[in-house]
Amino acid sequence: MTIPYHLTKAEKAPLLLEKLNGLTNLHFEKSPQYRSMIEKGGFQITASQLEKVPFIPVQLFKLMDLVSVPKEEVIKVLTSSGTTGQQVSKIYLDKETSIAQTKTLVEVMKPLLGGKRLPMIILDTKSVLKDRKSFSARGAGILGFSNFGRKHFYALNDDMSLDIEGLENYLEEYKGQRILLFGFTFMIWQYVYKESLKKGYKLDFGDSILIHGGGWKKLEDEAVDASTFNQLLHDQLGIREVHNYYGMVEQVGSIFVECSEGHLHTPSYADVIIRDSLTFEPLQNGKQGLIQVLSELPKSYPGHSLLTEDLGMILGEDDCPCGWKGKYFNVAGRIPKAELRGCSDTFQGGVES
Amino acid sequence: MNEQKLRTIFAESLGIEESRVTEDLTYNSIPEWDSIAHMALISEIDDQFDTMLDTEDVLEMSTFAKAKEILAKYDVQF
Repeated sequence: MTIPYHLTKAEKAPLLLEKLNGLTNLHFEKSPQYRSMIEKGGFQITASQLEKVPFIPVQLFKLMDLVSVPKEEVIKVLTSSGTTGQQVSKIYLDKETSIAQTKTLVEVMKPLLGGKRLPMIILDTKSVLKDRKSFSARGAGILGFSNFGRKHFYALNDDMSLDIEGLENYLEEYKGQRILLFGFTFMIWQYVYKESLKKGYKLDFGDSILIHGGGWKKLEDEAVDASTFNQLLHDQLGIREVHNYYGMVEQVGSIFVECSEGHLHTPSYADVIIRDSLTFEPLQNGKQGLIQVLSELPKSYPGHSLLTEDLGMILGEDDCPCGWKGKYFNVAGRIPKAELRGCSDTFQGGVES
Repeated sequence: MNEQKLRTIFAESLGIEESRVTEDLTYNSIPEWDSIAHMALISEIDDQFDTMLDTEDVLEMSTFAKAKEILAKYDVQF
């Protein structure tokens, strides 16, 4: 039994449903904008099954401040970078939600990383943490994962160049130990892998485990998929174990991480539902559609049930060969822009009318 | 002695006066003790007491009193 991947569908659904219904009711009470959306959408605030929990499009956090606590209780604001030119999401965290996110991330990652902090290399620059009240998606990720590490070393200088000397010294110092590597998929590709290749750096990260997230969009443009990425990182940098995760700044903490089989898994705190991109009806396992993410963590903002702009497919439930329970799935990328406009129009129409 | 040592570590890592480091000084209750300062604090504790705190203990260390309690598990006497 591997907590938090231990609950079967029959065990998980009623527990999660009760928590999500509690959150829908809470946000309905506390956030006028959320209330108005739920009312206009004709949703039931207490759902009879997970598929009926009201959901809002994740893009809404870019369009308005959605917050369910008084502003003076907000201790941290997370912002998404979004695609160039787009507005950013703002996610308001109070103490309780922030602590719940940190604790949950630890639970979610423990089966892979264990309880002992590992020497940690962050494949990014320290400057992403400059502002202490407002964090980008990158900053929030680094901060959350830093709890698993000690002797944190940032591999990139502020100008994004690789600190090769520092890196070599660090690897020498911790030689023979398991090292935690953390970073964002594109940053690793662009500033660590490509740079090492170009400069002819010979690095061996030894017995390390790499956790990375942030999406594949920019790598798809270069026709690099997950297995190519893993292979090249292994060949060039000697990184032997790689786990991608799927998560977003709108639902920090309850992320979906790849198991030993390379499948993204839902922990007991969270779930995914795949919906048809036009009708929003739930789809069966094995069908590709829009990913809806559910999380029991968001209390300070109404982000417990969000329809994303990502396409994915549920591969199965409770029967992954890795032994973890829960749904396991893959992410195929972003929905094409034209279709997307269609679906956000539908929702914005709902809000404004 | 260790109590004073820990108090100094707290004060220096958080950048506050030692007099403000009371038993019930709590994480996130003052702007100086935020998640970034917490990282610096943990790393200073590890260095100075020669410990290697577990992930759970990093999260549990939410007050000065709690820090002493946790460090006792690592054979640091108070």
